[in-house]
Amino acid sequence: MTYSRISSGSMILVSLLFAATSSVQADNGPRPEPVETKTVQISNFQFQPQELTVTAGTTVAWLNRDQTIHNVVSKDGKVASPGLDTDDRYAVVFEHEGDYPYFCALHPQMTGVVHVRGR
Amino acid sequence: MSDEDYNRAMFTRRGALKCLGAWSGAGIVWGLAGGIPRALGMANDPKVADAAARQFTFAQISDTHIGFGKEANPDVIGTLRRAIGEINTVQPAFVLHTGDITHLSKAAEFDQAAEVLKELQVDRIHYVPGEHDALDNGLSGYLQRYGRATDGRAYYSFKDRGVHFVGLNNVSNFAAGSMPSLGDEQLAWLEKDLRGVAASTPIVVFAHIPLWTVYEPWGWGTADAARAMASLRKFGSVTVLNGHIHQVMQKVEGHVSFHTARSTAYPQPAPGTAAQPGPQTVPSGELGKVLGTRRVSVVRGSHELAVVDAPLV
Repeated sequence: MTYSRISSGSMILVSLLFAATSSVQADNGPRPEPVETKTVQISNFQFQPQELTVTAGTTVAWLNRDQTIHNVVSKDGKVASPGLDTDDRYAVVFEHEGDYPYFCALHPQMTGVVHVRGR
Repeated sequence: MSDEDYNRAMFTRRGALKCLGAWSGAGIVWGLAGGIPRALGMANDPKVADAAARQFTFAQISDTHIGFGKEANPDVIGTLRRAIGEINTVQPAFVLHTGDITHLSKAAEFDQAAEVLKELQVDRIHYVPGEHDALDNGLSGYLQRYGRATDGRAYYSFKDRGVHFVGLNNVSNFAAGSMPSLGDEQLAWLEKDLRGVAASTPIVVFAHIPLWTVYEPWGWGTADAARAMASLRKFGSVTVLNGHIHQVMQKVEGHVSFHTARSTAYPQPAPGTAAQPGPQTVPSGELGKVLGTRRVSVVRGSHELAVVDAPLV
């Protein structure tokens, strides 16, 4: 998996994720469930898909395909990307069930929601 | 400014106007008497030049987007330097920068912008932030650099030669699905700030995003601007200067005239003429015509403010 031009915030996030996975394997514990990643494309000033349903523990990544800067933020601060330039990516792990509406603060007419459901 | 300097400035501008005579809006001097605009004439008209000799002039620069490098303008430093050259010819009292100093709020972008803007031959630059300056932990990077002079806030006021200037921040309150807003705290501050100002004082308000709804589907407006305008109702002359949309637009509402400025970095489409807003690529050689700076002149002893938008040449 490559994370080219990934933003620094999400880079830390992804390394932590890998660190956690490898430590479980080193302990010879139960085989960890594969980390699933779902991608939301940002294209033509829209989040695609605009509504995404995932199981708890899923990583959701936003990938900016526009020539324009966007970001991804939620009111509660759970989602808070830096400015994403073209092809920049930002990822968040959703551990807990719930509905997470988010939007682009640069273009607040762009909205989306992640529904997190139990495994 | 000496007459000689002024004439030199006018000569340069006249040359620009000759090339761009067909360019709508450019070079027309608008006088604002009691908030009602009247065209005084082309900027090269001697009558306008006479009036200008009694004025103090400040300049507006906007949307420098340092850090941008895509097709629409691979050299934003170069076009900024051209804009600075234009402004230095006019020798304004000071400069207002109406935001989007940087493209991605990166420290290196703020540093580079500060370095290049030092080439402005003015005593001071008054800034307000754009949403592109609020992308890294909110406005922390902006306030670290520009907040010290303004009590750590991104809104403030100052007086200069009888004019009351108010800088506002409309890039900190974003909500899903609606236009950005000034917010209760800032609106309360504004009301208090204006309370002691005489109704005859000319007011200049500057903020990044237009304080009137230019085009709601693209978020080109401020949701609670009407509340700010209510605080400004008593004043006979209010001039509102904004950026954000990278093009010149004007509107008059009662005693208030609104003006958006060109960017020094790249143009954006006119409202509704494209599927989305964003950097617009124009044929090579045409870029300077859609970028520009603005100078605003205050005539002593009257309430007239003359607003001149000049493209880069």
